[in-house]
Amino acid sequence: MPRLSVWFIRTALLNLGIGFLLGAVLLANKGVYLHVPVQRLLPMHGEALLIGGMVQFAMGVAFWMLPRFRSGPERGAEGWGWLAYLLINGGVILAGSATLLNLSPLTSSLGRAAELLGAASFGGSIWRRIKPFDLT
Amino acid sequence: MACLLLALALGILIEAPPLPGVPSQISVLFPTWLHLLVVGWLTQLIFGVAHWMFPRSSAEHPRGSERLGWATFGLLNAGLLFRVIGEPMVSFGAGGGWLLVVAALLQLGAGLAFVANTWPRVKGR
Repeated sequence: MPRLSVWFIRTALLNLGIGFLLGAVLLANKGVYLHVPVQRLLPMHGEALLIGGMVQFAMGVAFWMLPRFRSGPERGAEGWGWLAYLLINGGVILAGSATLLNLSPLTSSLGRAAELLGAASFGGSIWRRIKPFDLT
Repeated sequence: MACLLLALALGILIEAPPLPGVPSQISVLFPTWLHLLVVGWLTQLIFGVAHWMFPRSSAEHPRGSERLGWATFGLLNAGLLFRVIGEPMVSFGAGGGWLLVVAALLQLGAGLAFVANTWPRVKGR
């Protein structure tokens, strides 16, 4: 497994752990009132699980498993993938913590913009690897 | 797949015009629908494929601890079952709050068990 995939997937696992923990607090709070500020935890729960967990997990596996090039760097320009890693995780932190820490709504928008750029950067890094198998 | 089918069936009930015998506040089950879809189907699909395809943990235990793998499966689905029973009860004021606490603990256990079992298998060549 390439190093970038290891970073993507391990960070996704950490996000899954955080997301499951926040989800457990929110669900238990629905059953027995725990005085938890639900509206402030909910965005971080969703952000950690969906973008930080699942999207990042899928990116790590895709970078690892998509068809490789026969000549040159076998997985193409890794720089775009590393940029995606930084943007996605910066975006998750900004978008998830904006409500949690009562920050300006602009923080959340910046986080979402970073996630968008991260997804575009990742798309660019794998685009040419999405191709039929060369059977010759 | 069972969770996907359940979620899609519940989605029909939530979106449908009021039916005889179905409480009109059925839309409060939106979180149940969402979690059946995202946790019961999507997360479980990811967990299953990762358990199958990730690099070997070791020659003796290629998929890590099988016991922890089965614990993840059992805890996740038991947690979902408690949620599917408890959330309508709480939403319709029929008690059952403790079911949601149990569901929360079971699903948290599942998430942590998956992370613990998968972490050593995420490694470079």
